[in-house]
Amino acid sequence: MNRPENDMLQSSPAIEMIDVHKWFGNFHALKGVTLSVGAGERVVICGPSGSGKSTLIRSINGLEPHDAGRITVNGFTLTENQRDLFAVRREVGMVFQQFNLFPHLTVLENCVLAQTRSRGRTREEAESIAMEYLHRVRIPEQAGKYPARLSGGQQQRVAIARSLCMQPKVMLFDEPTSALDPEMISEVLDVMTDLASSGMTMVCVTHEMGFARRVADRIVFMDEGIIVEDDVPSRFFESPTSARARQFLSQILAH
Amino acid sequence: MVSGPIKNDMSSKSRLASPEAGAEIAAPTAPLRLQAAKWPDLLAFAIFLGLLILLVLRGASAMDYNWQWTRMMPYIVRNVDGQLIPGLLLKGLRVTLEISFFAMLIALPLGLATALLNLSKRPVSVFIARLYIELIRNTPILLQILIFYFIVAKVIGIDRWWAGVLTLALYEGAFAAEIIRGAILAVSRGQWEAAASLPLGRIDTYRFIVLPQALPLMVPPLTGVLVNVVKHSSIVSVIAIFDLTNEGRSIATDTFMSFEVWLTVAALYLIVTVSLSLVAAWLERKLEHGSST
Ligand SMILES: Nc1ncnc2c1ncn2[C@@H]1O[C@H](COP(=O)(O)OP(=O)(O)O)[C@@H](O)[C@H]1O
Ligand SMILES: [Mg+2]
Repeated sequence: MNRPENDMLQSSPAIEMIDVHKWFGNFHALKGVTLSVGAGERVVICGPSGSGKSTLIRSINGLEPHDAGRITVNGFTLTENQRDLFAVRREVGMVFQQFNLFPHLTVLENCVLAQTRSRGRTREEAESIAMEYLHRVRIPEQAGKYPARLSGGQQQRVAIARSLCMQPKVMLFDEPTSALDPEMISEVLDVMTDLASSGMTMVCVTHEMGFARRVADRIVFMDEGIIVEDDVPSRFFESPTSARARQFLSQILAH
Repeated sequence: MVSGPIKNDMSSKSRLASPEAGAEIAAPTAPLRLQAAKWPDLLAFAIFLGLLILLVLRGASAMDYNWQWTRMMPYIVRNVDGQLIPGLLLKGLRVTLEISFFAMLIALPLGLATALLNLSKRPVSVFIARLYIELIRNTPILLQILIFYFIVAKVIGIDRWWAGVLTLALYEGAFAAEIIRGAILAVSRGQWEAAASLPLGRIDTYRFIVLPQALPLMVPPLTGVLVNVVKHSSIVSVIAIFDLTNEGRSIATDTFMSFEVWLTVAALYLIVTVSLSLVAAWLERKLEHGSST
């Protein structure tokens, strides 16, 4: 583990991926990805299905261990060492397409558990922090319910609150609105927009191009395991350089 | 998939039933289904039962069998000076229950530990778990108890009672391990990933996330193991432990009342196993209720 000095923290990026490769058996899913995300930066990742977006974002917190290259998050380099992995995950929250709330725990318990077990907080502290974040995602009144009783949009907002309770420095989102009915998408995007304006470092895989245009500092376009474009939204949307990005945009904006 | 994890978990219940587990639970749950059965089923069952009794009675009368049910009573309870004391069969039943209880008490943690070893990423742990499970499941339990009594017990210096208990515990533990492993695997991958991302440690993830969700899935098939331990405990007869079966055998030899004795022994086993199934069904309903409301 190499923790940088405090003054270096300011200048060093929150996430640094250098020539990262990932194989699933013989299948080369990430073919040398290099990506740097500064503290407070909001990066949206898009690209066709199967292009490796999930694999990339999941490698950032070690859910998908990479096979070659180097990934550093807040100064911790990801290795196979469980302690490094834990150290990185303490600083990184993740929100999934399928919400993945714990169905046997109430909304409040979902938000409290890891705080008491991994952050060493007392139950009272954890509950008050949980309520604070449930307010921020605008569902404090659901605290006592079980996830199955909530709508998809509400469940996803609880999942966001559950991550935020750990007070991570980076938030990862893997298609957070793709499993939602259309009328629930905006309530989740609104919460994410709030979060972005609070200065959170965010990496977000999404096909919500309106959200990307409004919120993202950079858009990363992936295809077949490589980053094809990495640009500010205005240039990405107005004048994409690659044919593949142009084709992708024309397809997705045609909807 | 939009419907959230709960639904997945419920539907995975049927997926869980491995061939062995399916066979294990078929017997104990059958009597329970009678409650929900329609009257034509009940009628068919009554006719079947009647024919069966008729067959036994006719066979007995054909061989001039002399029914002596009244002589059975003292083997169940005896009235000594107005005091009821258990007869030999109840004493045997008590031994059966004690052995089953301690065997199950050891089999469950053993099964859990084996399941966790089997699921760990270390090849050596997996090998040990598989070796144990395959050895136990692919050799006759009769041979196991003989080896345990004549070799292992002598080597480690335990008496026949513990030899019986440990043989049964090892045997049922192997089946419990597969059931517990299946239930753990039925908890969706997303639950592990959410826990790991928060992060929760591995032990916390098992304790607070995975096992609570796996528990309702393993209760029905583990009931089968519980019923099996009672049935399989009759194997201790061969190392001269006087359990229910062995008492039955010695009474039958002494009195020549084989029909009465063995039917009584069967009834006693049935009372125990069916009660266990009923308790388990109640527990299962309770667990299911508690998990999602
Ligand atoms: N666990 C896995 N095993 C094998 N192949 C996988 C696995 N996960 C992903 N892949 C493959 O890797 C490629 C990239 O997947 P993914 O990162 O999920 O794409 P995206 O999120 O962009 O749709 C796909 O072709 C997918 O089939
Ligand atoms: Mg994906």
